[in-house]
Amino acid sequence: MGFYFAQLLTGLANASSLFLIASGLSIIFGVTRIVNFAHGSFYMVGAYLAYTLVTHWSGSVLGFWVSVILAAMIVGVIGLIIELTILRRIYHAPELFQLVATFGVVLIFQDGTLAIWGAEDLLGPRAPGLDSAVRIMGEPIPEYDLALIAIGPVVLLAIWLLFHKTRWGVLVRAATQDREMVGALGVNQAWLFSAAFVLGSFLAGLGGALQIPREAVSLQMDLSIIGEAFVVVVIGGMGSVSGAFVAAVLISVLNAFAILIFPQISIVLPFVIMAIVLIFRPHGLFGKPGSEKGAPEEPDQPLALMDQKSAMVLMAALLVLALSPLFTADFTSVLMVDVMVATLFAVSLHFMMGVGGMVSFGHAAYFGVGAYGAAMAVKFLGLGMISAMLFGPVCAAIAALFFGWFCVRLSGVYLAMLTLAAAQILWGVTFQWQEFTGGDDGILGVWPAKWASSDKVYFYIAFVLCIGGIWALRRVAFSPFGYILRGIRDSQTRAESIGIDTRFHQWMGFVLAGGFAGLAGVVFAFSKGSVFPDSLGIALSIDGLIMVLLGGIHALAGPILGAGAFVLIEDWVTRLDYWRFIFGAIILIVVLVAPDGIAGGVQRLLRGLKGGRA
Amino acid sequence: MLDVKNLGAWYGRAQILNGVSLSVGENEVVALMGRNGAGKSTTMKSIMGLVRHINGTIRYAEREVQGNTPHAICRLGMGYVPEDRRIFGDLTIEENLEVGRREPRPDAPEWTQEHLFELFPNLAERRKNLGKQLSGGEQQMLTIARTLMGNPKLVLLDEPSEGIAPVIVEQMARVIAELKREGLSVLISEQNLHFARIVSDRAFIIEKGEMRFEGSFADLDENPEISNTYLAV
Repeated sequence: MGFYFAQLLTGLANASSLFLIASGLSIIFGVTRIVNFAHGSFYMVGAYLAYTLVTHWSGSVLGFWVSVILAAMIVGVIGLIIELTILRRIYHAPELFQLVATFGVVLIFQDGTLAIWGAEDLLGPRAPGLDSAVRIMGEPIPEYDLALIAIGPVVLLAIWLLFHKTRWGVLVRAATQDREMVGALGVNQAWLFSAAFVLGSFLAGLGGALQIPREAVSLQMDLSIIGEAFVVVVIGGMGSVSGAFVAAVLISVLNAFAILIFPQISIVLPFVIMAIVLIFRPHGLFGKPGSEKGAPEEPDQPLALMDQKSAMVLMAALLVLALSPLFTADFTSVLMVDVMVATLFAVSLHFMMGVGGMVSFGHAAYFGVGAYGAAMAVKFLGLGMISAMLFGPVCAAIAALFFGWFCVRLSGVYLAMLTLAAAQILWGVTFQWQEFTGGDDGILGVWPAKWASSDKVYFYIAFVLCIGGIWALRRVAFSPFGYILRGIRDSQTRAESIGIDTRFHQWMGFVLAGGFAGLAGVVFAFSKGSVFPDSLGIALSIDGLIMVLLGGIHALAGPILGAGAFVLIEDWVTRLDYWRFIFGAIILIVVLVAPDGIAGGVQRLLRGLKGGRA
Repeated sequence: MLDVKNLGAWYGRAQILNGVSLSVGENEVVALMGRNGAGKSTTMKSIMGLVRHINGTIRYAEREVQGNTPHAICRLGMGYVPEDRRIFGDLTIEENLEVGRREPRPDAPEWTQEHLFELFPNLAERRKNLGKQLSGGEQQMLTIARTLMGNPKLVLLDEPSEGIAPVIVEQMARVIAELKREGLSVLISEQNLHFARIVSDRAFIIEKGEMRFEGSFADLDENPEISNTYLAV
């Protein structure tokens, strides 16, 4: 009995820090509608700062708590600087574009912390005055855990008072519901956004700072917490602080007990819980309908068919690509295969997001299932390359058929989060199921058939499959099915009222996007000769998202430009020291220079050139 | 007081307004009339800075305000009451009013919460209720009261009589008369000729984003074909 109670207390202590970071994320989303990927970075920096400050004032009780608060405040100031210099300039950019900027910030922070604090994990001192354990029902409980258990509700109460008893809090709650109306009533939204961002960053920093007596400070803290924090925010309902508290407790306590029964489950459990909650409550436990929507936006421009000149440019580019193996070295052909794979993957994601209006944070799932499908077909079924290449996309489409059925019942950020949950569950299964998938070791020996084994020949196979796939998706975007999807994207109710089964069409759009992502995965698997769980991982999903958004979601050329730029820049910078910093900076520059994506930026540039001549 | 010249407005590539001009004088109630989709709400929103792509000039309080943010325009003493009310459903009546509260200005009457509760007695009884718990009529009253908390000099009232019970419409007419008595100017968009005639001094008629008529209700009565063409169903 005592043991289970101790486990419950551990769960509650975990819940507190999770709540702190999630509440900040929720406040920022509620007011600014920014999906802040950098929130994990704030948490990590809070921990590093607290480590430095606490070791500086080591030993004194007051010193410890002052350090923790000070660290959180510095993070709040960092948040303010980011809001003022970057995010404020791009609030009018298409929905989710700010997410790209926050991802650039993640990369910069990773290398920034590496440069300042080094790669070694840092073990902070215990909290003075709370450094021993008390026995409760015979079990030793760290005093610090008890302090954390108290801190969670105290912060919740403080936020509640702030939101209900101050004018600022009332304005924040009003802005969470209708920020445009708050502006029309004379409130300067820009400052409200900054303040919300500062509060959110402060809470993330506080969550990180409070962790130092419990775990080593490391460079992996940012991405290890962000997924879970998103899950908590979504389960609680986007924008709801009390929802975040309930969800943090739910996740942490369930996790504390689940690992006793089935230790492997802990990496997927939060996502399973999120999936279940979203299926029954599509806006989270305390979320309101409408809370999933991003910033109000002008209607999308219709997709334009290419004019003759652009078509000629495209044909010329394709021709150069097709002939490139004849005059370049083998490694260039291999790089070009990577570019084509990334492009097909990005185009399939764009089909889902830009044409279908369904944002996905977990599109790598179908890429990975395609790759694994083909690899396993070779390994277990003994299929040849061609049949395995057919088998993979079919597997991906079937996975999309299954998960898509659930996802299309939701919309907006909630849909995106369910796709993330699906991807994480698939990743977790792949990672853990050693006997079947090879786990972390992956599946090796997935080589092309003998006749296709040279880099140049394989280049042409990839060329046919990837360019063919991109062409096919483009055709579909301009088919009646594509028109219906775009109609649903622009207005679900109007589409429904003219008799369109919107869910079915979105479902089929989801399956099609998944199938083509699987095709990209297959080409990838045979080009590398192996598959690893990374190919289903959240990092690849985010890469895809960045390619689509950076390229420009409102143009069919967007994902092509985005993927090309992404792979080529990544190939170049990863050879450098502190490449994440450089890559992040490049992303931020693109974001600030071309808030309508690369495609939009190029269009404006061309128009400008024409205008200059006229 | 408000002088709009040649206003054009776009949503994406679709042009909604095409050269709309209108004016509202000191302490005047002016009706902007037209059918659904004629451009009344877009005119209001454009004046308030809520439509991003506009051209033309909007002069208010001796300065050009086109291109300003809504909050800057509001702070010059222009109040906006949206057609769909846009009450903060999760805030109480008092909190809704608090969001609208601004410092008093020397050239406009000052409204306090208590003063507004006298004008709208039903709101006073339910001051601790959440916005979403109110009836449509109560929400309509609240949205006007919320805007008045900003102590405006000019109020843009977008279709105040739409979708509410006849008894509330009567109350609404009394409220507008009260605003005029207090010295405010009002631009009210309206489909109902009868209601507009009761509350306002003169009228503009808009159709397909263009102004078709400007004048008094007497002028309108002399030319029944105008109201038949642009207003009658």
